[in-house]
Amino acid sequence: MLTLDRKLLRDLSQLKGQGLAIGLVIAAGVAMFAMYSSTFESLDHTHTVYYDRYRLADVFASLKRAPLSTVSRLEALPGVAQVEPRVVVQVTLDVPGMTEPARGLLLSIPEHRRAILNDVHLLRGRYIQATRPDEVLVIEAFATAHGLEPGDPIGAVINGRRRELMIVGIALSPEYVYTIAPGDLLPDDRRFGVFWMGRRALSSAFDMEGGFNDVSLALGPGASSEAVIADVDRLLERYGGLGAIPRRLQVSAWFVANEMREMKTMGSILPVVFLAVAAFLLNVVLSRIISVQRTQVAALKAVGYTNREVALHYTKLALAVAFAGGVLGVAVGAWLGRGMTSMYSQYFRFPEFQYFLSPRIAIIALAVSLAAATLGAFGAVRRAVKLPPAEAMRPEPPASFKRGWLERSGLTRMLSEPGRMILRNLGRSPVRTLLSSTGIAFAIALLVFGFFFVDAVELLMKAQFEEVMLHDVTTTFVEPTSAAARHEVERLPGVLYTEPFRAVPVRLRYGARSRQTVVMGLPAVPRLNRVIGQKAGVVELPAKGLVLSSSLGGVLGVEVGDRIIVEVLEGRRPVRTVPVARLVDEYLGTSAYMEIGALRRLMREGAVLSGAFLKVDPAELDRLHTRLKVTPRVAGVSLSTAAYESFQNTIGQTLGLMITINLIFAAVIACGVVYNSARISLSERERDLASLRVLGFTRAEISFILLGELAVVTLIAVPLGLALGYLFCRGIISALATELLRIPMVVEPVSYAWAAVAVVAVSALSGLAVRRRLDRLDLVAVLKSRE
Amino acid sequence: MRTHGNGPAFSAHEVTKVYTMGEVEVHALRGVDLELRPSELVVLLGPSGSGKSTLLNILGGLDVPTSGTVWYRDHELTAADESELTRYRREHVGFVFQFYNLIPSLTAVENVALVTDISEDPMDPAKALDLVELGDRKDHFPAQLSGGEQQRVAIARAIAKQPEVLLCDEPTGALDISTGILVLEAIARVNRELGTTVAVITHNVAIAAMADRVLRMADGRIASAERNERRISASELEW
Ligand SMILES: Nc1ncnc2c1ncn2[C@@H]1O[C@H](COP(=O)(O)OP(=O)(O)O)[C@@H](O)[C@H]1O
Ligand SMILES: [Mg+2]
Repeated sequence: MLTLDRKLLRDLSQLKGQGLAIGLVIAAGVAMFAMYSSTFESLDHTHTVYYDRYRLADVFASLKRAPLSTVSRLEALPGVAQVEPRVVVQVTLDVPGMTEPARGLLLSIPEHRRAILNDVHLLRGRYIQATRPDEVLVIEAFATAHGLEPGDPIGAVINGRRRELMIVGIALSPEYVYTIAPGDLLPDDRRFGVFWMGRRALSSAFDMEGGFNDVSLALGPGASSEAVIADVDRLLERYGGLGAIPRRLQVSAWFVANEMREMKTMGSILPVVFLAVAAFLLNVVLSRIISVQRTQVAALKAVGYTNREVALHYTKLALAVAFAGGVLGVAVGAWLGRGMTSMYSQYFRFPEFQYFLSPRIAIIALAVSLAAATLGAFGAVRRAVKLPPAEAMRPEPPASFKRGWLERSGLTRMLSEPGRMILRNLGRSPVRTLLSSTGIAFAIALLVFGFFFVDAVELLMKAQFEEVMLHDVTTTFVEPTSAAARHEVERLPGVLYTEPFRAVPVRLRYGARSRQTVVMGLPAVPRLNRVIGQKAGVVELPAKGLVLSSSLGGVLGVEVGDRIIVEVLEGRRPVRTVPVARLVDEYLGTSAYMEIGALRRLMREGAVLSGAFLKVDPAELDRLHTRLKVTPRVAGVSLSTAAYESFQNTIGQTLGLMITINLIFAAVIACGVVYNSARISLSERERDLASLRVLGFTRAEISFILLGELAVVTLIAVPLGLALGYLFCRGIISALATELLRIPMVVEPVSYAWAAVAVVAVSALSGLAVRRRLDRLDLVAVLKSRE
Repeated sequence: MRTHGNGPAFSAHEVTKVYTMGEVEVHALRGVDLELRPSELVVLLGPSGSGKSTLLNILGGLDVPTSGTVWYRDHELTAADESELTRYRREHVGFVFQFYNLIPSLTAVENVALVTDISEDPMDPAKALDLVELGDRKDHFPAQLSGGEQQRVAIARAIAKQPEVLLCDEPTGALDISTGILVLEAIARVNRELGTTVAVITHNVAIAAMADRVLRMADGRIASAERNERRISASELEW
């Protein structure tokens, strides 16, 4: 080993506390990157393979009913490779041991072969047999939620009659990686299940023999899904087509993609912050080391070491810290990634969910941390290189102090002598002071973000469940029906209040953009299902025009006043032009609303409704449930509290984990920055402080001088950090906004308070650690050494 | 023993050095002419601030003059750029600084090895320490050595690469008599045994007796130069 490298090792071991602090900050950043990226890659790989192997369709279309002869016409469309027609119906389920009704989606599958598209993966049991029309496969999530096994029966209300079905297999499907009921925003495995049933059996139960009401298509290579969708829509129009959608918008695929986008965003923003802070710390620490080693640098140069060798020497110091931090970070990231992946596998169901951290990610992580270190080292090392050896040979001239504006202001006259020393010293290198404060401010900002995220998600869920969804139960009718149905619902036991809604499937078009969705017709002032904007508050639906969630507005590229083409996908399928009356910045989803009267006028229909929201007397809930299970008109029932609970159990848990990780890492940054600033001011002031001790100052007095500096730096950092935190939250939020979810930008004062308190506490702890060193200050040794 | 040409090892003409500090100009050298012969041991005397260190730094390629020319054999130092000066120092010059400038995190032998690592034909670092009679302290860190011992390590470091030139800036400035003599003996031995051209700065007149030639500096100029009839060995010095 070269002697210079030996010096490097000794310098490193002398620096261990600080090196460790910086290494940990780097490790935190790298770990975040590795965690998010590897989970992303694992998820990406898993779902791609799954979609491929089980032949998830490229285009999905629902319709009212078409004869099977349409299939060959679909197959003949340019770009279409395969067509799988099926029958899909929603039923109410009667699960043994569960009072409230559950919703079931029955999908037909061929009895004699596996489906060409959207094939199921059998986990347990067997495939259905053609001779047994009551056999079904059930999706694993629902089976697990109810402890169902092959051989268990399950009741379903089919065409108004209760029928006993027999479970023969537990299955997964690429179509339902994320199992969510139509129209819902959150999964609820207890109350929504997917079943697969023989084609013949299902068709005959629903009078679909010789026909189909749902079709999946696979495209040939190079075919454009837009073109195919346009053709399919044209073809299915007369069969009550509800508008074909590309795989991208298929509910499960869309959720998976949204989640992955979020992961990617977090995985690219947060690590940048950490590595930037680490680079900054390295810069400060290296600058300090180099200024302490001024004469050593000079000696190296004098004996003939080249600038490159000197630069490399100090850069290596930074690289060594970064490399150690990077390796640790990759290891921790892999560990966390595995945990996160197993969490995801609770609500993203794959036949196998293999976690892996690819060498590519490990290499990128290491390379990025080394690059950050090099960047951080750059300025400091350049200064070392520029040091002329002859000049560095002489002892550093005494620092020049000037009476700055602080002193002229007379403020310092009010302070004691040590107090004045603190201010003078800080004022002497204002840039450094500011940079240290900035570093601490970053830690505060990260903490603010961590706390904010907890609040924000809570707020969002509160808003959704306590402000928007004020109903207890949603009932959906099999077909849009007359107002009489509402009275029928009103007479159900325990129902206190009902609010009708009209949901019309549409395709919205604006210019070249379009989106298939549902227009929700609600009373002008909805009471059970309100429309609420983050800033707008409760929104009243105008007598004319559409109210769109801002995210849907974004998808279509429309502003208030723009006229949208609304292609209705049911009934007589009118096509109308409707102005956008308002955009509402909702938290969740991409919804479209209209005042129910306006929607009915658009449909040229009377008091038709698609369902009703119910407010229910909790005491009567069980009786209501029992009745709902056997009410033929009601196709689906969903319960809001249940949805909330299931949210808490799934997404809530994952978020909780992510937040904990964020907070821990923010604390690491805070410690890293504060401890380093304290150590550096100690090394800078060691001689002065020792001299003061020799002159008779007490330990407490010199501690006050040193820790006072730290305190001032921290105090400057607090407002800076809070402001930075605010900006930080805004930045991440807007980067995180997906079609599914917009996190509200509301930072509670208490988040600011916690962040500030946490950093002040960390600061105090670092101060104490440094103070212990100060107490052990060897006066003689410090004064003897020239450095 | 290497072969030396007949020309001078160093020749400097009209060398001036002006330091500008804000509005103040300090004339450290005001026109120095100088020649050093190969294998010569020269002592530079003069009061503090007379420009001795400045001159030595320029000869050693650590600094460049404001005007004038400096040649080392066939290298024109005043025409060299920074990397050429670095190479010149690396290949030809050994330095002994007034404040030792050892690397505190390296042991005595490692401090020497630091230089032999980058030399073409170095001696064994341990042997260099033996030369300054510090063989038994080779694994000690600078903080564990006295000032004189540190200075001898610095000399071992300077001579280990077997330089053609050895430049010493007040090598005994911080030492007591007996340690100072040990240090000077080591320097004289290098000059004698390796034929190294040596320049030693001191303000201790007594040391001048061990030199071939004594240059006196005053106010940025060489005030006088005299040749000693007889060089006495360092151990005979008295001060
Ligand atoms: N880097 C410098 N900046 C300004 N003045 C300097 C610098 N180096 C030396 N001087 C000045 O140049 C003069 C000569 O210095 P120096 O060569 O160190 O003298 P000596 O070694 O003989 O004591 C002194 O007045 C000194 O203050
Ligand atoms: Mg001097």
